[in-house]
This record gives sequence, C-alpha cells and structure tokens, in this order.
Amino acid sequence: MNHTEAQPTNGHRTTAFFTDSTLCIGCKACEVACKEWNQVSADGYEWSSFSYDNTTAVGHSTWRHVKFVENPTIPGEGGNAPGQLPAWGFSSDVCKHCEEAGCLEACPTGAIVRMDTGAVFVQPDVCNGCAYCVVNCPFGVVEKNEEDGRAFKCTFCSDRQNAGLKPACAQACPTESIQFGEINELRQHAEDRLTELRNKGVDDAVIYNPVDTSVKGIHAFFLLRGDPRAYNLPPQPEVPTIYQKKAWTSAAVAAGAMLGATLLAFLGDNRR
Amino acid sequence: MSRVPLPEMPDRVPDQRSEARLAEIRREAAERGTVSGKGTLPVGAPFPKASSETGYYGVPLLKEPQWTKEVPLYFFVGGAAGAAAVVASAANLLTNDRDLVRDARWVAAVGGVISPALLISDLGVPSRFLNMLRVFKLQSPMNLGAWTLAAFSTFSGASAFANLLRQKFGDALPIRLVENSSGALASVTGMVLSTYTGVLIGATAIPVWNDHAVSLPHHFAASGVNSAVSILELLGHDDSRGLNLLGMAASAFEVYEGIEIEITRDRVNEPLKKGLSGTIVRTGGILSGPIPLALRVVSLITGNIKLRRAACWASLVGSLLTRFGWIQAGHASAKDHRIPLQLPEKVKEIRKSSKELAA
Repeated sequence: MNHTEAQPTNGHRTTAFFTDSTLCIGCKACEVACKEWNQVSADGYEWSSFSYDNTTAVGHSTWRHVKFVENPTIPGEGGNAPGQLPAWGFSSDVCKHCEEAGCLEACPTGAIVRMDTGAVFVQPDVCNGCAYCVVNCPFGVVEKNEEDGRAFKCTFCSDRQNAGLKPACAQACPTESIQFGEINELRQHAEDRLTELRNKGVDDAVIYNPVDTSVKGIHAFFLLRGDPRAYNLPPQPEVPTIYQKKAWTSAAVAAGAMLGATLLAFLGDNRR
Repeated sequence: MSRVPLPEMPDRVPDQRSEARLAEIRREAAERGTVSGKGTLPVGAPFPKASSETGYYGVPLLKEPQWTKEVPLYFFVGGAAGAAAVVASAANLLTNDRDLVRDARWVAAVGGVISPALLISDLGVPSRFLNMLRVFKLQSPMNLGAWTLAAFSTFSGASAFANLLRQKFGDALPIRLVENSSGALASVTGMVLSTYTGVLIGATAIPVWNDHAVSLPHHFAASGVNSAVSILELLGHDDSRGLNLLGMAASAFEVYEGIEIEITRDRVNEPLKKGLSGTIVRTGGILSGPIPLALRVVSLITGNIKLRRAACWASLVGSLLTRFGWIQAGHASAKDHRIPLQLPEKVKEIRKSSKELAA
C-alpha cells in the first residue's frame, strides 16, 4: 500500500498526516502550497532574529510551519558549524487534529466540528470570533485573525479530501516528508519507519503522538530526532475539559456559599 | 520578534581606504586560498539554541488570550449584577427594607443590560452573537455562560420592571408574584453568572488559570458579592447592617484568597506575583481584601460612615483590578514556554515516544 496515494474519502475513512521530519529539507513548499490553496494571507516581512525560521509558529495565517531546529554545539551556526557534522533538523508543524480536541469542546457556537475524516474544522460561516478556542488549544495552534475577527487554523484541506485529493501540503511536499493516508495504516507505517531508522543507527528518532494523555492521540503525528520539547511539542498535553469537573463543583459550592452568606447577613436585620 | 525594514540599496562613496581593503582581501585570497574576517552578524546574533530547556528558541508554545478589555470588565459587571440579584431576593425575603430591594433589583437589571453589550462588543464578529444560542452545549463554559446571561438579563429586567409597577400602582398580587418569582430566577442565574467566569478561565489550557480551576470560582464569587454590596452602599444603603456583614464576609474571603496565592510558590504562579500582572493582582487583592475589611471593622466600632464609604470604593476598584489582573496573568502565563514543556513528575527524562513516557 502506497500511503501517499490519496483515495476518495467517501465519508468514512479516517485520515491522518504523518510528518517524517527525517525526510524534511526545509523547503517550505508545504507552507506555500497551503497558503495558495487555502488563500491565506501573507505574514509580512519580519525577522524572527533567532533562526533562519522567520515564521516562528503556526497561527491564523500560517497553517503549515516548518520549524528549523539547530542542533550544533555552537549556537547560531546552523548547519555551518565548523569541524562537526551539521545537524539541522526541520519539521513541518501543523494543527494536530486531536482525538479529544480542546478547541472543539470549548467552541460555544458549534462552529468547530469534527468532519467524517476525523478532521477538526472551523466553519467560517458560523464562527463569531469569541476567541475561546484560542485559550483551549494545548498546542497553541488556533488563533483569531484580528482584522477578520474569526478564528482560523488548518482545515485538513477538507475540501480537497471531499474531492478525493490529498491535502495541498502533502501534495506539494517534494520528499514525501508529509504523508497522508488512512490513520491506522499511517501509524503502522510510522512504526516501521522508526524501526528502519533505529536499525540504521539513528537512535534518537522518536514518534510524537500523545495517545496516553487526555488528548488521546493526534491525527497529525510526527517522527522527530531528539527531544520533542526542542520542537515546542508538549510532553503532556491535556484537553482543558478535564479541569471542568472540579471547576464546576467549586462553582456550585461557591454559589451555595454566596446564597448562604447573603441569607445569614440579612437574617438579623429587623423587619421594619 | 522585531520588524525590520527592507534593506536599502547601499549608498557609499568609494575612497582610498575602502579600495585598499578590497585589494587586501584579493591578495589574501590569492595567497592563502581563504579570507579571514569578522563578517557581518545577522540581526539578533548570536542565535539561541533550541533545546529541551528552551523549547523552540523560547517561542511561546501556547497562544495568548485574544480577548479585549471588555471581557474582564464583563466579568466585573456580571459578577456584581449576579450578586445584587441574590441580595435583592434575600432582602425581600428577610427584611422590610423596600428601598434596598428596589435598588438591588435595579443594579442587577442594569448589569444585565451592560453585560451582554460588553460581551458582544468583544466578539470578532459582533453581528453573530446569537450564534452562541444556536446550540446548547454543556461542555462549553462559554456557551453555558451565554445562556445564563440571556436568562439573567430577562429575569432581572422583569423583576426590576415589576418592582417599578408595584411602586407605582400598589401591591397587587399578580405584580408581586411576577416580581418575586422572576427575582428568584434572577438570583439562581445570578449565582451562576457570578461564579461561572471562574470556570470559564479555569478550564482552559493556560497554566496559571487551570492551576486555579478550583479557587477561581470562589474568588470571583467573593469579588462579585464585594462589588454588589459596595455599589448598593454607595447608592445610599450605608445604614444596612446586613450589607455591612456581607461586605465583611466577602473581604475576609478575599484576604484568605490573597494569602493562598502568596504562599504557593511555584513557577506556574509567577504571573500572579511578578511583572505587570503580578502588580495588578496584588493591588487588586489588597484593595478588595484587608483594606475594606479593616475599614469596615473600624467604621463599625467608631460609627464613622466615611470609612465605610472608603471601604466600598476600595472594594470596587479592587474587584475590577482583580479581573484585569487575572486576564493579564493569563497573557504572561501563555508567554512562558517552560510550563507546558515541563516533564510530568514521574518521568526523569524523555527517552522514546511519549507513549512510553506515560507508561
């Protein structure tokens, strides 16, 4: 089975991204393809001042973002550090399309929905820009566009998937670093690739897919070299709904205390 | 991140020195095959290194809250209005202070009008406010809050209006029934309104907020009671013993909250103590806790009504600052990449996948 071959979704296939960072060459074709297909605006001419990566993070106008993780012993030298093998890691970041998605749970309008492909999708014609999803994403992905007023993030190219096509980023990736396919097949493929790399002696390769947290796994998982934290990937992401039980319990107690205190305070007041 | 203008075309006049330097470089290259020189440092160099400690060069992992100033203001107004509705019902039930009931009903009703206005103007697309009510979604505190607010505004407005009719046309039973029942419903929804804002920010991915998911609803409820009492006292009810007691209780609880915040020493709580957000939270805490409590006690002993009024103003400003401080703390917390990158306590070091990590 060729995993990069797209198939019509027919509404029943759960799909996923597998981003194999060991194959990424940092060309940013995915970023360009994403912006072109989805007609996302430019970010402006800005320097990050810490890396050749001047985009810095995914956001409302950046749905794919190539991270440039420099691993030299001399900071700032990038791949040009003298006397050592350059170790310059690239990894194309994207919305994780969580199994338990914080943004989806929090959305008060029902604008954020789960597509039949498993994608987490913000319906732009329903979103009213309350920005509550922004503080509920444990990966810092979704963001409100202040000019437009609504929240935006990766759509998993749901429109292209409906037409039986691969997402634009996967289609444009020249090295098949971004792979797209059925989720279970891709997971197996990721495990196979990890074994293959380990056998070749790449023993710092890891798969990032937090299945044992309350997020319960992601539909866009990554193969990375080194500590995922160097790629700003949290070791223990949690879907914020897990805090609700104790918070609502506390709110109920607080409401009771408020009522009790108010009644008590007026209990001694004379009826005039 | 710094915005840098597009590089301009160089505009230099060649002189003897510059040409001599070029000749020197040419000679050096020809003789040694390499040229040594300092070169030019790019903007911001030397660059930091990405690592498990810095994360991705220290770029914030989480996005900052994108709420406008209307949201903390709404927390304040909604909290005070909700508590005022409870005061109205309690005073109606237990006292004969008709003026207090009337004013408390109106404070709740006015808050019930201002709150939605604030909430709507915060939205990115205000014309779509009603989309909040196209679904009933229990797992979204924002959705539940919108429904609560809609109900509260209706009930508080109805009870205030019925109160007006009663004052004007006398004590007819149907009017009294409408006033008291809608007042009771306004109290119930008001209690939710005063407390749910703590859940709203407590159940999020922002570390400093979700770390206080339990204490925030209490904190905001006390803050709401404190401001409702203060508004009513400043409206002329500074002879009410009940309001004074309630104000003391709320201030005392705020003292407790302040102590609780100050004695927890960990990285997550830094925004509550350091920087701009720390200053606002601390100022708000002092103004709504120990100061009004002390002023109220002294006022009770000496009978000086001015001190009680001062306590009211301190409580109001303090409660307002508290809400702004907590939102500001959320900003500071989101900017701190270290918290979400902290390893779970049971794990010493990342070895393989996070799957093995959690096992």
